[in-house]
Amino acid sequence: MLSRTADHLYWMSRYIERAENTARLLSVSYDTSMLPKAARQGLKSWQGVLSISELVPAYREIHGEITRDKVLDFMVRDDSNPASILRCLRAARENARAVRGTLTTEVWETHNHTWLELRRQLDDGAFERDPAQFFEWVKERSHLSRGVTQGTMLQDDAYHFLRLGTALERADNTARLLDVKFHAIERGDYHGSASGGVAQFDFYHWSTLLRSVSAFEVYRKVYRDVITPGRVAELLILRPDMPRSLLASMQEVVANLTLVANAQSEETQRKAGRLLVDLRYARIEEILATGLHAYLTEFLERVNALGGDISRDFLVAN
Amino acid sequence: MQRFDEMYAATPFEGSDVRAHYKSYREWLSRQPADTMQARRAEAEMIFRRVGITFAVYGAKDEAGAGQERLIPFDTIPRIIPAPEWTHLQRGLTQRATALNRFIHDIYHGQDILRAGIVPSDLILDNAQFRPEMAGLKVPGDIYAQIAGIDIVRAANADGTGEYYVLEDNLRVPSGVSYMLENRRMMMRLFPDLFEQHAVAPVAHYPDLLLDTLRAVAPASAPEPTVVVLTPGMHNSAYFEHAFLAQQMGVELVEGQDLVVENDTVYMRTTHGRRRVDVIYRRLDDDFLDPEVFRADSSLGCAGLMRAYRAGNVAICNAIGTGIADDKSVYPFVPDMIRFYLGEEPLLSNVPTWMCRKEDDLKYVLDHLDELVVKEVHGAGGYGMLIGPAATRAEIEDFRQVLVGNPSGYIAQPTLSLSSCPTYVESGIAPRHIDLRPFVLSGKTVQMVAGGLTRVALKEGSLVVNSSQGGGTKDTWVLEDATEAEGSAAC
Repeated sequence: MLSRTADHLYWMSRYIERAENTARLLSVSYDTSMLPKAARQGLKSWQGVLSISELVPAYREIHGEITRDKVLDFMVRDDSNPASILRCLRAARENARAVRGTLTTEVWETHNHTWLELRRQLDDGAFERDPAQFFEWVKERSHLSRGVTQGTMLQDDAYHFLRLGTALERADNTARLLDVKFHAIERGDYHGSASGGVAQFDFYHWSTLLRSVSAFEVYRKVYRDVITPGRVAELLILRPDMPRSLLASMQEVVANLTLVANAQSEETQRKAGRLLVDLRYARIEEILATGLHAYLTEFLERVNALGGDISRDFLVAN
Repeated sequence: MQRFDEMYAATPFEGSDVRAHYKSYREWLSRQPADTMQARRAEAEMIFRRVGITFAVYGAKDEAGAGQERLIPFDTIPRIIPAPEWTHLQRGLTQRATALNRFIHDIYHGQDILRAGIVPSDLILDNAQFRPEMAGLKVPGDIYAQIAGIDIVRAANADGTGEYYVLEDNLRVPSGVSYMLENRRMMMRLFPDLFEQHAVAPVAHYPDLLLDTLRAVAPASAPEPTVVVLTPGMHNSAYFEHAFLAQQMGVELVEGQDLVVENDTVYMRTTHGRRRVDVIYRRLDDDFLDPEVFRADSSLGCAGLMRAYRAGNVAICNAIGTGIADDKSVYPFVPDMIRFYLGEEPLLSNVPTWMCRKEDDLKYVLDHLDELVVKEVHGAGGYGMLIGPAATRAEIEDFRQVLVGNPSGYIAQPTLSLSSCPTYVESGIAPRHIDLRPFVLSGKTVQMVAGGLTRVALKEGSLVVNSSQGGGTKDTWVLEDATEAEGSAAC
């Protein structure tokens, strides 16, 4: 397929995935903000929201003090914030429009409808009236976009580039989420500590993180035990059957990369395979012993480099 | 002035007879509650918006920073053409497209028609649409305009029946076929019962015919030709149509940046390296195709395309230089072309036309400006024209100055009263002027689907149907068998 087309497809799916992850993050922080003070104390979730996307300086320049409503506004509808849901969904739709002939009608209409409906919700105040409902809607639209892709698209290169974008973006987002949450603890922003502390804080902190990736019920099912930081990290990094884990995301990246391989992509495939194998044979104890932040920082660097390699091998015209 | 309405024998509509081929539809319409029709119209707009059937408006941005995309208003009352009339049109269109292709070939080869004195040489050789680069170049099958959009209007004649006239030939990159197809889909979705009751000739196979036509002109060296649609990009007003046709034919939609010419061969840049391109259905004008030959400042096309074309390694549809045959100054000569190349009498009439370059014609035009339509020969989209009967005295005087300064830049025609068709407007159903653009495909044979795009002027009394000036569209029905349709409606 055309390199330019592959580029649009890849970014279309990255942007919709990014919008979903932002909605997940905001949704959980919003829920947490309604907990009694004791339970939410120290979570600093609104700062965390900004840190994940490396947006604290950009936010401070516009708004100064970090407050719930201002962060929500900044992350949802601010046109000057490239990571806002508005900007992500518009970029997803513009990319879809550029390749609408490559998509099935259903996939294109899903993206177009998402964009039109987003504009309506933001214009008529639906978001402010019920943020929780709005975040659910963003997640649903992302589910729908993946579902309609899977359900209608021919499984050719176009499909694989879509999957590649989704998986790579998800690996990045889950790693960032984990990093920010754990980092807050390591810095002592949090009342308890990574190894134990007050049980109630532990519960709310980790359950928040799990809920943000729809993993709360999964955790219970897998471990049938109280929530501990080590297991949360294990679930989200190393479980191959947990859809948003780093390992599962990288499996998806490698599988799709193999399917679109070309004459110059050998080195990129090698790097991706290496990253996958490192995850497959890692142990959570080792990761925690060397430090989760350092581990995730390295992972993010490798994912970022992989994104650059994929661009060079497939997406940039030559 | 005599008027002709497609559905009713007279205006106002109340109490007027309904023309035979509209009887069954009119009966159906009279049974529809007003609020149902209103709901269907709202539904149509909602679907068009969701499906993204829009055209881009140049230079405009909406409040969210995306380029402005506008819906073309869609009217739910179809324009209906009975089978015998269509048969006549089809024969006339085939004849006309054939002669026009012969003419373009002749102009770039022997120029017999100029030497025979039938078309004045200066009209062609000094014309900006004439491309000397095409002289002597052999194109596949000697076909130049694979896709022609020929605008047809109907006007009343003395006995109150309508007569079809060709208003304009579009042989460069005619648009609108996607609306023809989407309008039909929309009508079938909104009013399935109507299609059970009427034998409406289908149009959905157009993309198949188009692909067949494009493949037919591939270089002989490509037994399994790769066809692409070349678009100027997302911001072009017809981008929807480009993407739609590429998708419906299952071929790549490429931009200039996706193409590269090497060894006089065109390739596209794919994720698996370069792949050869054999046929380009281009949707950008000659000027932008190749900066090596035409406009050097344009990055929309692809450098070297003309070299590949000349080497016979790629087919370009429509060919370069077809504009010489759809120029308004050449239009008056089309009936003569039909006689000259085919030895036949034209089946479809031209609108009578005065050529202001001729002294006598100019004098007549200047004396009758208040009753004529005067058009710029290179104008398009309904701009640069004077509609005499609708113009103020000051406008006419201004136009007179312009015309006297550059008579050969203009032609004039009588203000035909274009036929009208009942159309939903704010006050209810009212007559609005329409035209028809059938799409004629010339490959190994001449093919077309029955009907075309019907455009409608939504403003009362307006004759301008162009979408850039607020015109709308309607579904066009060719009834395969009127008697059968009436029979089944009675059940």
